[in-house]
Amino acid sequence: MTRLIVDSKEIDVPPEYTLLQACEAAGAEIPRFCFHERLSIAGNCRMCLVELVGSPKPVASCAWGVRDCRPGPKGEPPEVRTRSPMVRKAREGVMEFLLINHPLDCPICDQGGECDLQDQSMAYGIDSTRFIENKRAVEDKYLGPLVKTSMNRCIQCTRCVRFATEVAGVPELGATGRGEDMEITTYLETAMRSELQGNVVDICPVGALTSKPYAFAARPWELNKTETIDVMDALGCAIRVDTRGREVMRILPRVNEDINEEWISDKTRHVVDGLRTQRLDQPYLRDNGRLRLASWSEAFHAIAAKVAKTSPKRIGAIVGDLAAVEEIFALKDLMTRLQVANLDCRQDGSSFDPAWGRATYLFNAGIPGIDAADALLIVGSNPRKEAAILNARIRKRWRAGKFPIGVIGPKAELTYPYDYLGAGPETLAAITRHSFADALRKAERPMVIVGAGAFARGDGAAVASLAAKAALELGAVKEGWNGYCVLHSAAARVGALDVGFVPGSGGLTARQMAAYGTLDLAFLLGVDEIEIAPGAFVIYIGTHGDRGASRADVILPGAAYPEKSAIYVNTEGRVQMATRASFPPGDAREDWAILRALSDVLKHRLPYDSLRALRQELFKSYPHLMRIGEITPADPAGIRKLAALDGNAEKAPFTSIVDDFYLTNPITRASAVMAECSVVAQGRAAATAAE
Amino acid sequence: MLADKDRIFKNLYGQHDWGLEGARQRGAWDGTKEILARGRDAIINEVKASGQRGRGGAGFATGLKWSFMPKQSDDRPHYLVINADESEPGTCKDREAMRHDPHLLIEGCLIAGCAMAVNTCYIYIRGEFIRERERLEAAIQQAYDAKLIGKNNIHGWDFDIILHHGAGAYICGEETALLESLEGKKGLPRLKPPFPANMGLYGRPTTVNNVETIAQVPDIMRRGAAWFAGIGRANNTGTKLYCISGHVERPCNVEETMGIPLRELIERHAGGVRGGWNNLMAVIPGGSSMPLIPAGPDQTDTLLMDFDGCREKKSALGTAAVIVMDKSTDIVRAMARISYFYKHETCGQCTPCREGMGWMWRVLTRMAEGRAHKNEIDTLWDVTTQIEGHTICAFGDGAAWPVQGLLRHFRPEIERRIDQYTANADKAGALNPPVAQAAE
Amino acid sequence: MSVRRLAEKQPASFAFTPANLAWAKAQIAKYPEGRQQSAVIPILWRAQEQCGGWLPQKAIEATAELLGMAKIRVLEVATFYTMFNLAPVGRFHVQLCGTTPCMLRGADDLKKVCRRMIGEENEVTADGTFSWIEVECLGACVNAPMAQINADYYEDLTPDILTRIINDFSLGKTPNPGPQIDRINSAPIGGPTTLTDPSLFAANGKGAERGTVSHPDNDAKKPGEAANLRDAPMPKAPEGDVTDPRRK
Repeated sequence: MTRLIVDSKEIDVPPEYTLLQACEAAGAEIPRFCFHERLSIAGNCRMCLVELVGSPKPVASCAWGVRDCRPGPKGEPPEVRTRSPMVRKAREGVMEFLLINHPLDCPICDQGGECDLQDQSMAYGIDSTRFIENKRAVEDKYLGPLVKTSMNRCIQCTRCVRFATEVAGVPELGATGRGEDMEITTYLETAMRSELQGNVVDICPVGALTSKPYAFAARPWELNKTETIDVMDALGCAIRVDTRGREVMRILPRVNEDINEEWISDKTRHVVDGLRTQRLDQPYLRDNGRLRLASWSEAFHAIAAKVAKTSPKRIGAIVGDLAAVEEIFALKDLMTRLQVANLDCRQDGSSFDPAWGRATYLFNAGIPGIDAADALLIVGSNPRKEAAILNARIRKRWRAGKFPIGVIGPKAELTYPYDYLGAGPETLAAITRHSFADALRKAERPMVIVGAGAFARGDGAAVASLAAKAALELGAVKEGWNGYCVLHSAAARVGALDVGFVPGSGGLTARQMAAYGTLDLAFLLGVDEIEIAPGAFVIYIGTHGDRGASRADVILPGAAYPEKSAIYVNTEGRVQMATRASFPPGDAREDWAILRALSDVLKHRLPYDSLRALRQELFKSYPHLMRIGEITPADPAGIRKLAALDGNAEKAPFTSIVDDFYLTNPITRASAVMAECSVVAQGRAAATAAE
Repeated sequence: MLADKDRIFKNLYGQHDWGLEGARQRGAWDGTKEILARGRDAIINEVKASGQRGRGGAGFATGLKWSFMPKQSDDRPHYLVINADESEPGTCKDREAMRHDPHLLIEGCLIAGCAMAVNTCYIYIRGEFIRERERLEAAIQQAYDAKLIGKNNIHGWDFDIILHHGAGAYICGEETALLESLEGKKGLPRLKPPFPANMGLYGRPTTVNNVETIAQVPDIMRRGAAWFAGIGRANNTGTKLYCISGHVERPCNVEETMGIPLRELIERHAGGVRGGWNNLMAVIPGGSSMPLIPAGPDQTDTLLMDFDGCREKKSALGTAAVIVMDKSTDIVRAMARISYFYKHETCGQCTPCREGMGWMWRVLTRMAEGRAHKNEIDTLWDVTTQIEGHTICAFGDGAAWPVQGLLRHFRPEIERRIDQYTANADKAGALNPPVAQAAE
Repeated sequence: MSVRRLAEKQPASFAFTPANLAWAKAQIAKYPEGRQQSAVIPILWRAQEQCGGWLPQKAIEATAELLGMAKIRVLEVATFYTMFNLAPVGRFHVQLCGTTPCMLRGADDLKKVCRRMIGEENEVTADGTFSWIEVECLGACVNAPMAQINADYYEDLTPDILTRIINDFSLGKTPNPGPQIDRINSAPIGGPTTLTDPSLFAANGKGAERGTVSHPDNDAKKPGEAANLRDAPMPKAPEGDVTDPRRK
């Protein structure tokens, strides 16, 4: 620790601290624009200048290390002043410079109300201007469908450039020209390519980069802010849902160091319009081949009539990718009461089995485990598409150095270099003899990430066994470290596996249920990625008029993720609770409540009348779900069991479970913004292919 | 006056062979091996004892700077980088050294390299110096061919010199911007600390020296520190290349002793101020970044051209580029043009410099015409103080000082113009528009 | 510095000539492994020379490709450094210094000459022969006012002399670069006041006289030609490719 005097207050801080950190530790507020904790230090805005006693000039506290400070002449600790006349003059000067060419368009600026420049000019600026020349005009730039620019407002802090280069790993933003004519742009104004680009809007301290889909939609002070979690992938990123009235206006990231730090993907952020369109807001019944509006009781009685006529062996239930644990539990409960064994949560046909143990389907090392790992093997996954934030974490670890990465599976641009080892199971089977295996063996904490795509194939069990074997033989599973990491892409998957929503004895899998002639009656809880063959009577509980709804005979409108309080378990096995930010539209209801009401009509009343009661039941059966925010470590013994399974893996190369990053579930498919992003990405792919 | 035998740059005007043969005749590459054999510490101590201060503008003691380089070397390289990005307005000395006496520089690089345990040296020459680059490259080749430098050379210290060039950016004369540019990026000055001696080129310990500084080193080593220290006065030792431009009869470059009186320098070598000494209005003693010094008995008349002499007059020696302005000069416009230069050349990285340069230039342009308010003079002064000391590199200071010099010494002239402009405007009726009469 | 954008009319393609490509690879080899980005300025410069004095978009992209850099990074460099011309220039590109030392000695009058003889700044004459631009200090201040025409400095100009030089160029002549009045480089008019002691240069009498110089000042200069087109032999790169014996 190093002793320092900040504004005549003595404080001990670690020597690697910057002055800015030290001042904050001492309770002094330091204004800043260019400095951002998660980006490299640029030191260019000069707002954070502080007085270092003995130095003739003020110093940039963001860039000045505590260990760079010299003690006083009599050995007294270095003294920093953050409120001295020198500092005040420096701040006022910088503020004045920042504002001379900044337009006075706050009333029409989307940043208004949450603008660093506004706030800091209130706190540290002077009240008038002495600049009487014309203000600089800068052409606005096209950066793609998500980021709107208003370049007159840019203060050239280069946070966005640094974000794109460092965090997103797609060096596409730059500052061209020099001096007062410096401009932020992409190369010749091509659309940005990163799936994390929305974050540049958050880090922009002014209104130069704003959200295009959210343009002129609302003011921050008229929004209700609800902290919840995201379900667009299996990470469960921390988000804040901003609503006005019933309507979700925007989604912003929250800080969760264990998962998303403070970034979210564009899908998480910009799926908002998908929550408004194509919504199911009334029950529907199919009459003579056509869906018609129906009342809840009509719909329930139609279902009851069908259930009564059908043998449990011919009934099945499938859980989709966005379902919460409560409704999965309730559905399983109901099905058990109906003596139905045909249950499955794996609509992609993947081969996870809770019977093998939890460790076989979790990202055991946890997302922060990536920071601790020192070698990585990626199998059958494109993390950039399947979990963009996790990919950024891998990149962050790679940037820290000494992190060999090998890939078996799709050869994709992952934003970091890697050794490409091979395409399919035969490479995985022979991995221990591959030269890259040495890097893993030498590592103290090697990590093996296995994508859901490696499991979602006919030979999934054999592949899973191969992967487990590889992880064991390469030393990824040992005392104090479990580097066997399954990367799911469906938010519902781990929760559903945890509550055992898989075929009971003699039960059919999702693939089998979907096949022709196996079922007479199917319950689909938000199932849109699998097509039920003709013949079966389909009950669809869900939120959007997507594939599942159009196949359904009865539609029961449910609640989307910002509209319910619900538990999700992410790919790490971390239990998290989503909070209700808004209400389901029209007659739509929370899914568990629908099932509870239906059970009444089916004469198999579920024994809970409230969510609270439901959760009590749930926690009784699965106590680990009680520990919100936590991960209950899984016993690695399961991985050994899995490795011993063996089986015949085929030769087909691995593919990623996610084909189009922007269109992975019914909400995204209802979003015009996601559609545009997808088109832009495809156009780019086509252009690259043509070259 | 400095005796010819005490001059280092004996081919300053290019009258003689610039090549290896000519350089040898003038004494270069003589006993270099023995110099290197004296060892690192001895070389650095000799340079320290000579009192040589950097000739690039800041005047930092050369030997001291060299001693900052790590004593223990790991396997990875250290670098010596020569700053040949001579762009300071008024300055054209390194150009002469490079095109007419390149071997002084090359030999100096070798000695400095050996003193700092450096095996690779980059010379960063400004892009505009195309012919100078060719000349220097040819001279380097001569040195390689004669095995004076390179691997297994006759001096026993492996040493490579690589010539690199810029492409038009004054800021690359700032040492860390130069390193950025050398790494293939925009020339944006780096934050200091860490200083280049710890983290310089490619993140390795690096020393950046000016051409003239390094070109003087072989002579310091050959003739001894005492010889060099005996020229000039304490703390301001040795010889210096002066560039005398502007309103003198015979503008020229000349090597003279440090601390030569300005008047003697101008009258002896540059044929005097145009129209006589009494016709002098002001000089900028050290390149455009330094505040001007007005004519006058306490000012230019008694100015000694060295670091301390210029500081006494609230200016600085800088690159010793003397820009002379006689009484015909439109001093405000001349300074506005310097402001334009800085506006053109600011890298735009930090706020005060990026925004302040354009502001100062625009105000000064108006003031040159008198189209301003008198209170703007104070505002302008304020703006310069808001830039000065608040930026990453010294560019902001160098742009603020000339304006401060102008305001300090020529405020009455600006006020006179404003008065005149408003009086003119008054005559033209702009101040009292005939509205009232028309209404009647 | 004004806003710098790529020219609107762009050639459809660009490829380094084999000679330039080989040269570029030798440049890259000068820098440590993995630091090939260091060569970006020299290579962009060579591309500009190949394109007749300006830098088309495709050349920027080819450079990015060659160096494995993101295109935006190369664009940043190309727009930051003002010697990269982003639009075509004349066969003779006059860069007239307008900074204070030159201004004090009459650069403003030279601007008028350029305007009269060539046209507006940054515009190329209809026949593509000339263009001119006011630049910042070129570092020949004691020979002010001056202009750089392609690779060469023309110093100690007056409006008449500049007129003659431009005329000479348009007539296909190549005026001698350097001071245009009777003086030796940067020595005072009328001869040096220093370095007059003959004993300094009397070691063996060789090279003491002007005219017997083995490397006279004017070699390696061919006005109006690109810098890489030299009549004197091009020195080899100090650290060339691996076949260079010095590398071993």
